[in-house]
Amino acid sequence: MNRRQKKNLIRIIISAILLCGLHFVPFGKIPNGNAVGLAVYLVPYIISGYDIILSAIRNILRGQVFDENFLMAVASAGAFVIGDYPEAVTVMVLYQTGELFQSVAVGKSRKSVAALMDIRPDSATVVRNGVAVTVSPDEVEVGETIIISPGERIPLDGRITEGSTTVNTSALTGEALPQELGRGDCVISGTVNLSGVIRAEVTSCAADSTVARILDLVENATAKKAKSEAFITRFARIYTPAVVAAAVLLAVLPPVFTGQQFGIWLNRALIFLVVSCPCALVISVPLSFFGGIGGASRQGILIKGSTYIEVLSRVKTIVFDKTGTLTEGVFEVTAIHPEKITEAELLDLAAAAESFSTHPIGESIVAAHGGHVDRAALGSVEEISGLGIIADYRGHRVAVGNPRLMERESAEWHECRTVGTTVHIAQDGIYMGHIVISDRIKSDSAQAIKALRSQGVKRAVMLTGDSEAVAADVAAKLGLDEFHAGLLPADKVSIAERLIDEKNAGEALAFVGDGINDAPVLARADIGIAMGALGSDAAIEAADVVLMDDKPSKIAAAVACSRKTMHIVYENIILALTVKFAVLILSAFGITGMWLAIFADVGVMMLAIINAVRTLKTPSK
Amino acid sequence: MKKTYGIHNIDCAFCAAKIEAAVVRLPGVKHASLSFFAEKLTVEAEEADFPEIEKQILKAVKKLEPDCTVDL
Repeated sequence: MNRRQKKNLIRIIISAILLCGLHFVPFGKIPNGNAVGLAVYLVPYIISGYDIILSAIRNILRGQVFDENFLMAVASAGAFVIGDYPEAVTVMVLYQTGELFQSVAVGKSRKSVAALMDIRPDSATVVRNGVAVTVSPDEVEVGETIIISPGERIPLDGRITEGSTTVNTSALTGEALPQELGRGDCVISGTVNLSGVIRAEVTSCAADSTVARILDLVENATAKKAKSEAFITRFARIYTPAVVAAAVLLAVLPPVFTGQQFGIWLNRALIFLVVSCPCALVISVPLSFFGGIGGASRQGILIKGSTYIEVLSRVKTIVFDKTGTLTEGVFEVTAIHPEKITEAELLDLAAAAESFSTHPIGESIVAAHGGHVDRAALGSVEEISGLGIIADYRGHRVAVGNPRLMERESAEWHECRTVGTTVHIAQDGIYMGHIVISDRIKSDSAQAIKALRSQGVKRAVMLTGDSEAVAADVAAKLGLDEFHAGLLPADKVSIAERLIDEKNAGEALAFVGDGINDAPVLARADIGIAMGALGSDAAIEAADVVLMDDKPSKIAAAVACSRKTMHIVYENIILALTVKFAVLILSAFGITGMWLAIFADVGVMMLAIINAVRTLKTPSK
Repeated sequence: MKKTYGIHNIDCAFCAAKIEAAVVRLPGVKHASLSFFAEKLTVEAEEADFPEIEKQILKAVKKLEPDCTVDL
């Protein structure tokens, strides 16, 4: 509790003691409805509620009449007018208790979100003129060398030049398993160095570092408000005047028409006012979104605004990019089918021809070979665009490429039944066999699709520029509903548009990509999810939801988190409106008294806040 | 350009909405958003207009919520 909260707590306690004392102490009955009683009860009333009354008066003078201060001031003042002094004080004391509770709860959630985001490094040890000096990360320039000790938070993005270590990335990605890094690997600011001392060359200044970009994103997230959040504030603006008008009618009309006592109806109107205070909604709905965003970021899921929580919870169609999203995007040799020679010989021929290649397929063949290519035996190498490579190797003419190259070499090639990209090899015009290269499916892709289905996703679609056969294979293995293969980036947008048209009203379409070449689709979808954001600026910019690592299971976690948040928001709206509406009706007929009215206001608000804070909790692993 | 200010001691989300509405109406402000929970006020406007806008923000906050403080 801060100083202001402590002061308010003391005020509440003093007023409460005075109130009880006045009720129980035997110095005669304090008479209601006379000057002595009024004077005595005004003491705790003023102690507990002077600020409310002052704000109400101040706001009325400025022409801003209807707020909760006004409601409470009028309700309690009205109780004094009727002559029910203890009730006036009780209303004020309980209202202030509710306010204090609210203020403490909000402060607590602010702190826990701040703690989640407490990843900003405060110092860096940089080597200058051979001496290690500790400075603020802002003062380190690109290209300088920093020393990172075990236990230290990595201050800036860099590349390791000396040493090896393990790094805990959980603050950024939610991933508990430490990463092993060695010379040449990149270290990411905001992660924690665990085991070894390393030196790293700084690759970006503090303002552009990963940790700065992430913090910026999270801090700005609350600026994009959800529809239901904006609705609540608008609702309160119309609602309060409406309730005050209804209360006035309730106080005036029945006595005029039925001739009943004015005081009874005034009392009912006051109860009406106390119940009607909208704070339970005004506070708990934005608090739920705030907690939802905070809880998600703990798991390495950055949601750029509460509005996206709302959309994410309605996702029924999910469209994946294949490469880099459902698959690793790393090619590797999965089959070697030689004819006449051994597997090793075939691989050697292909690797020799591809040894200077920078194409991912060529690189994967060289990698599979292991790197002992006899370059001395390699003569001229000619790359024929769109066909493959022809190399002079050990006095033979080696052709490595697609079927068209085989035809040109008049080698008798044949199709392969294994799915993937097939590279054919011929030597001196004789077919030697082929090598199949394919992209590995990520280990948790299938599980992610299953989890998404249990979250209500009805249609899972994959888009890819790859061949039909490769796409069909991946789609079957993952249990996707449909796939579209052989697409250019522009085709992806038009297919996404068609899918958006096809879905039912009220449902949302999410597109998941790795941010490479798919920015237009990310933007066009109802919600764009980018993965593997560590390192990709384009993805962070274009997407609405950013996953820090590249695990598809995080998509399901993001949807689950948003659904839980929306669930809590609706629970609170229904709870608050039902209780208030019921008590409003009951009080209008004089069935309920002030106590229930106060519960309907303060109690419901407390319940709603406790419920809202649940959004901060992340599911245990 | 966009600027973000820390804003403290706002009583409730409702008061935050009032301040936000007032800042949006200031001349030169293209977009403004106040997050009650993050205690942050984000204002979008032309760079040249900011000194005047900041003065007006202080004035508006003082009028609506005298207890509030804004870090400029």
